[in-house]
Amino acid sequence: MKKVLMGNHAISYGATLSRVQVIAAYPITPQTQVVELLSEIVANGELEAEFIKVESEHSAMAACIGASAAGARAFTATSSQGLLLMHEVLHWASRARLPIVMANINRAISPGWTIWTDQNDSLSQRDTGWIQIYAADNQEVLDSIIIGYKVAEKVSLPLMVVLDAFVLSHTYEPVDIPDQDKVDKFLPPYNPKIKLDPEDPHAFGGLTAPNIYMEFQYNHQLAMMEAKKVINEAGKEYGEITGRYYQNLSPYKVDDAEYILITSGTVAKTTNIVVDKLRESGVKIGNLRIRTFRPFPSEEIYEILKDKKKIFVIDRNLSFGNTGIFFQEVKASLYNTDIKVPIFGFVTGLGGRDVTPELIEEIVNYGMKKEKPEEEVIWMGVKK
Amino acid sequence: MTEKKKRKIRLSIPAEEIMRPGNLACQGCGASLAMRYALKALGRNVIFDIPACCWSVIDGPFPYSSIGVPLLHMAFETAASTASGIRAAMKVLGKEDTKVVAWAGDGGTFDIGFQALSGAAERNEDIIYVCYDNEAYMNTGIQRSGATPYGAWTTTTPVKHFKKLPKKDIIEIMAAHRIPYVANVNIAYPEDFIRKFQKAASIRGTKFIHVFSPCPPGWKMKPDDTIKVAKLAVQTRAFPLIEIENGVKYTLNVKVNKPKPIFEYLKLQGRFKHLTEEEVKRIQEDVDSYWEYLMKKVEFSKEYAG
Ligand SMILES: Cc1ncc(C[n+]2csc(CCOP(=O)(O)OP(=O)(O)O)c2C)c(N)n1
Ligand code: SF4
Ligand SMILES: [Mg+2]
Repeated sequence: MKKVLMGNHAISYGATLSRVQVIAAYPITPQTQVVELLSEIVANGELEAEFIKVESEHSAMAACIGASAAGARAFTATSSQGLLLMHEVLHWASRARLPIVMANINRAISPGWTIWTDQNDSLSQRDTGWIQIYAADNQEVLDSIIIGYKVAEKVSLPLMVVLDAFVLSHTYEPVDIPDQDKVDKFLPPYNPKIKLDPEDPHAFGGLTAPNIYMEFQYNHQLAMMEAKKVINEAGKEYGEITGRYYQNLSPYKVDDAEYILITSGTVAKTTNIVVDKLRESGVKIGNLRIRTFRPFPSEEIYEILKDKKKIFVIDRNLSFGNTGIFFQEVKASLYNTDIKVPIFGFVTGLGGRDVTPELIEEIVNYGMKKEKPEEEVIWMGVKK
Repeated sequence: MTEKKKRKIRLSIPAEEIMRPGNLACQGCGASLAMRYALKALGRNVIFDIPACCWSVIDGPFPYSSIGVPLLHMAFETAASTASGIRAAMKVLGKEDTKVVAWAGDGGTFDIGFQALSGAAERNEDIIYVCYDNEAYMNTGIQRSGATPYGAWTTTTPVKHFKKLPKKDIIEIMAAHRIPYVANVNIAYPEDFIRKFQKAASIRGTKFIHVFSPCPPGWKMKPDDTIKVAKLAVQTRAFPLIEIENGVKYTLNVKVNKPKPIFEYLKLQGRFKHLTEEEVKRIQEDVDSYWEYLMKKVEFSKEYAG
């Protein structure tokens, strides 16, 4: 069934189709419609779930952890300050190996007060041990929640679906809502082998001395690495049911390209338009959208970049004192390979400033003109 | 004793030991004994969550666990929110008769976990929230908390600057949430202790139980004085044993007609050693006036709440 949905409601439908059992959430702009619609769906009895209207995001994640550890499929959604408040328990969820799925709507961080998009909220959770998927349209948002549970439950890790504030959260797009029975076949009920169970009592997360702590981390890393494969497999399986295939990377006209733009989120969609335009004037350029940020799909990125001339990374985020974060990740993942081409790092679009086709074209022009980057951070569209 | 007579004895304390022998508590730890009694009262169909506190250690290192029931260790400020999540899961999974217990220290309750506790109480979550109160952050080395009483030494309230502020009245704070059941218990009164836990288990909604929990190293007292000090806390009226139903019905559970002077209680604990006669007098006055206030509430609630 096709519906015209805002990104936030695509999240709610994704969670509903996934038959989440416990929802714990706290309102924050631009996430509020996610929980409003879910409250309604639960209240109408369309979803058999408990909705805990907690008093903070920290408690939302803690409640999800309790619910997931007790064997229920748990869901939450937040944004920016709310995600930052969760930080401690985000680590807890992943290190407890709980397959919670959450949506985070990328909103810039204050001060000054802002509600518009950039990626620093989710990227500052990079090392919390969560899988992170960056969506580029509302259809992908909905689908990624469903696939997210499949992946999370397979590798026993929590998963975050990330989308741009307003550009997706509040923008209406036609979205295909898959049939429940199709989703049910794809995503069977959550039934963990290990859980809080009075009939088989165990303690979870107790005192862990140096003689064993590291092994838990090692296994966590193995699960993350496994997730690279599992995300592609689940995305393929989902495609066979719905016709929509999702992988770690979403390449656009990269095969014969000499120049590659690397993007994420909705910037990628705008970039595709620019790629088409430039190709008309004979520029051999392609766009590589990174969907999966954690685990970072280094090998797949290498395969695409190995015969290119120049790489332009667009970051809607910044690690103060260094560079854009996707730029760092791409550079680091290529260092020990034979790829020795120039990689340019552009920072733009912070705090919701529009990333227009013109701006992306400017990025390409800049990169084509220079032999190699002269600055670590190339600011685009900033008043210096 | 004949066989027949033997069977007639009704134990006021369940004989079954759920807690396993051997844990990492110090000698004379009130919190360890409190858990033992709580489990006897609650039985095995329970799930616990425990935030950062001495009990994170007491239970034992991975993969050991001494409490004998499922336990989720959690972050310091999350006892009540985690329990809310477990409760919700039990509901959707059709296991409503499983009791969910949040078991936290005074720091995790009076201070850092208070927001989550207040939220859970406002939502009237069907959980038993237990605060074992040793009146300081013991796990991190005896720092003051919102539960540290007036006059006490801790490592952050050194003798020269001993705590000059009163303890938060947590029982009243929780009663003000109008939850169905608030009670305090004392390990030296095991029958009252067990009865209250069983009562809590029989009620739906948020139950809050405040446990008086002596800590020999933190209170600078002899480990073999734990029960004595706990008993004196009641006999001196420093820790009146009460229960409050629906926020309005106050009942005094242990009468103390001839109270002992507070000095009897204070003198066994090195944390109060520095107090002058003047200070002790002041504490006595505080104890007396609080008791008077509480008894008036008990009287009033007889008329008001029946
Ligand atoms: C967010 C956070 N801050 C600080 C700590 C360190 N910490 C662990 S236990 C504890 C004190 C616990 O005190 P209380 O709740 O009274 O329990 P007790 O140790 O006395 O049993 C502190 C400060 C922590 N684990 N997490
Ligand atoms: S420090 Fe106190 S509360 Fe902690 S284990 Fe020792 S006696 Fe018990
Ligand atoms: Mg304490």
